[in-house]
Amino acid sequence: MQRTDVTNPAYFHKVVDCQWACPAHTPVPEYIRLIAQGRYSDAYMINWTSNVFPGILGRTCDRPCEPACRRGRVEENNGAAPEPVAICRLKRVAADMKDDVSKRMPSLSPKNGKRVVCIGAGPASLTVARDLAPLGYDVTVFDGEAKAGGFIRTQIPRFRLPESVIDEETGYILDLGVTFKSRQRVDSMNALLAENYDAVFVGCGAPRGRDLDLPGRKDAAANIHIGIDWLASVSFGHITKIGQRVIVLGGGNTAMDCCRSSRRLGGDEVKVIVRSGFEEMKASPWEKEDAMHEGIPIINYHVPKTFMHEGGKLTGMTFEIAKAVYDDKGRRSLVATGKPDVLIECDDVLVAVGQENSFPWIERDCGIEFDKWGLPTLGKETHQSTVPNVFFGGDAAFGPKNIITAVAHGHEAAVSIDRFLHGEDIHQRPDPMTNLMSQKMGIHEWSYDNDTSNDLRFKVPWAKAEMALASIKVEVELGFDVATAIKEAGRCLNCDVQTVFTDTACIECDACVDICPMDCITFTANGEEADVRQHLQAPSNNLDQALYVSGELKTGRIMAKDEDVCLHCGLCAERCPTGAWDMQKFLLNTTKAGPSCRNGAQVKDHEEVAA
Amino acid sequence: MTYITKPRLHHPTLTANKVGYTRRDYEGRISTLCAGCGHDSISAAIIQACWELDIAPHRVAKLSGIGCSSKTPDYFLGASHGFNTVHGRMPSALTGANLANRDLLYLGVSGDGDSASIGLGQFANAMRRGVRMAYIVENNGVYGLTKGQFSATADRGSKSKKGVINSDSPIDLVGIALQLGATYVARSFSGDKEQLVPLIKGAMEHGGAAFIDIISPCVTFNNHSGSTKSYDYVREHNEAVSRIDFISSRDEITAMYAPGEVVEVQQHDGSMLRLRKLRADYDPTDRYGAMSYMQAHQARGEIVTGLLYVDPVATDLHTSLNTSDHALNAMGVAQLCPGSKALDIINRALR
Repeated sequence: MQRTDVTNPAYFHKVVDCQWACPAHTPVPEYIRLIAQGRYSDAYMINWTSNVFPGILGRTCDRPCEPACRRGRVEENNGAAPEPVAICRLKRVAADMKDDVSKRMPSLSPKNGKRVVCIGAGPASLTVARDLAPLGYDVTVFDGEAKAGGFIRTQIPRFRLPESVIDEETGYILDLGVTFKSRQRVDSMNALLAENYDAVFVGCGAPRGRDLDLPGRKDAAANIHIGIDWLASVSFGHITKIGQRVIVLGGGNTAMDCCRSSRRLGGDEVKVIVRSGFEEMKASPWEKEDAMHEGIPIINYHVPKTFMHEGGKLTGMTFEIAKAVYDDKGRRSLVATGKPDVLIECDDVLVAVGQENSFPWIERDCGIEFDKWGLPTLGKETHQSTVPNVFFGGDAAFGPKNIITAVAHGHEAAVSIDRFLHGEDIHQRPDPMTNLMSQKMGIHEWSYDNDTSNDLRFKVPWAKAEMALASIKVEVELGFDVATAIKEAGRCLNCDVQTVFTDTACIECDACVDICPMDCITFTANGEEADVRQHLQAPSNNLDQALYVSGELKTGRIMAKDEDVCLHCGLCAERCPTGAWDMQKFLLNTTKAGPSCRNGAQVKDHEEVAA
Repeated sequence: MTYITKPRLHHPTLTANKVGYTRRDYEGRISTLCAGCGHDSISAAIIQACWELDIAPHRVAKLSGIGCSSKTPDYFLGASHGFNTVHGRMPSALTGANLANRDLLYLGVSGDGDSASIGLGQFANAMRRGVRMAYIVENNGVYGLTKGQFSATADRGSKSKKGVINSDSPIDLVGIALQLGATYVARSFSGDKEQLVPLIKGAMEHGGAAFIDIISPCVTFNNHSGSTKSYDYVREHNEAVSRIDFISSRDEITAMYAPGEVVEVQQHDGSMLRLRKLRADYDPTDRYGAMSYMQAHQARGEIVTGLLYVDPVATDLHTSLNTSDHALNAMGVAQLCPGSKALDIINRALR
């Protein structure tokens, strides 16, 4: 194997599993340490810089960081069921407990004369606005609704996300000198382009809910609702009641929001019914748990067949019972079992079987090309469409995803716009900003808490069920209190504090091998990676995790460290007599729009850019 | 030394041995020795050996004297019996314990100061008597606890950290052990666990006095150029006579070797030592051959390591004293103190 190149920022970044998994690459361990120190505002601002909506995401994020968290692997076979650090809920702690952060918001540069327009006031557009407005861009955001937030405001029920949090965090952005044109739905791209904005960002989401065209759909239309539209109406208070017996069709997070909202609006018997198996449902495991916790059964392998009605009044639905069959390539298909169809009676049906992109307002002759799925043709990293100054992000770009992905898109699009309007090649992406610094304070003292916690994941307290179900507005999760938050923060392994090895200093005394609690370190003969992995202290079967390999040592062997389950406890460095091991904090921040993302060019005149 | 305790968390694949313990269960407290001390590697090798041998920790008694090496029993086998004796007196305390309870496995841990200086007589007599034990000397050639003066095993001509040349002849504990009748004699290096772990396993299952001299560099006072007990020097001058595989009586023997390449030695309990010869002319069952081979190589400045001598039909002190088959604590009062009538009979027989 070749000596590991730790100067490549991607190497240590990948060791920080949570940050690597986060679409916006939030420096998670960094802010968790700050929470443990009671520095909530500092923790909040680290989040705010990276993911723009810490309070919102701390309640609603899809948390790709948590399945990636190393803690979930090191607790395996150590007693109780392995659980990642509650990263998402710690983010909420930072948001809940912070002081007034309005003074920490970026100061505004003088206007640079460039006009940028964002379509839709969802997370992608607001991220673009947040990144560009302080740089001096004149940013205008259009939205059809009265308040900013997009799907954050219309789709997520209030019992999961109080409106005050949305107001606060969208407010921070709109206060950066952004012009917000509310209740103004843009209905023509050609008209918009005619207004000669320097750049256009489309962040209008994927606003159309899929329908189910089954027999009886039209006849019983009065009691059949499209999930996302229904949630929006609930959010705006247009709908305050639903029938007593409700069927929710679909297995995604929208279905979970629909069923839990129904429980609060008069639905006593709410059922979620999915075609697939329970395990394959798209909803996050915790959202399924939350729904079941509220007494909502999830019935799987039921394929909807007909809407039953009597004189236009919905009475129930019939389902075909299916089973999963796997072919030799492991692909699943659903086939009918031949069992008689099942009738489930109900008063209302909510259809939450997916969302689609829809751009009726973009004229197909305006130069923006779309692919066969109706999605714009875009540069994968640049987010640039076939009209050079039009960029897409969020669900509007590559189809429905989630808030944190939309934020990541917003950052990337803002970099593209900033470079584009400075006449720089937008395909050249800025490197992340990294810093690697020793944490050594004394012979065996470190500037981070290296004593690994044995605590198991703490549960977030809930409001009492009867209170929570009585109103759509009562927030269910109460958030960690300070004491629990600090303990939960202590479960973080500080994966960003890297074990850095200097092979010229090593005397091969084996002290690190002997002390390592996880058997991560081996001195062995070099070979092909597959071969080296066979000769380590402990089996190395997680091929997603890198081996950290030194150059050839004095005895001709190499040091190979399996990064997989390292606790970052620093004992290797404490027991190293020569300082060949050191614990060094690796801080990575993605480069945002602004001077640091550019090669140094000044804003160019409109004519030059156009030419 | 280290302030935090070693985290309890372990590798997800860590497995239990036949008596239900993982390797981590054989650990002790966290070491307070200097970082990089060879002794810590020896502790790790003992942990590995005991785990692989499926030894129940409470069946082991670890005894030691005074010194850096004699501190180490605190850092392994935390669930075993332990006794820190007076300086240099580990062998006699161990002999007494062994005579009282022959059912335990005895591990004597000592250093070059403890065994070659103050305790030389104790060491010699334990070897001579054939006390059944694994006697491990963690040999670094210096008095580390008192700032690195030469010990009795330091080679003549070697240089101290301050630059002083040693003018005294070294005591060769391996030579003495061979001469005085130890029935399992080995030398190894703390930086070579592949060799060390099977040697410790063989010693622990040996039926008589087993002695292992382990060169264990003192990173603080004896790991410089000019030292003959540094990591670099030992690696450069290491001459292994054999590679040893320890096969316990319970394991099936699977690997096959060409004849002449391998010497198999069955120990009293049925366990097998399989020596893959690295020197064609070396016979590990020839005591006098071993002594002269070793001295010839030593004169050339080479450090001969591996299993140097083993007597497969070793006996021990209990056999030569014809003691009871049972540990004293397994006997009743009537057996242990048969009364004045029994004493009278003995006395009469001696008149």
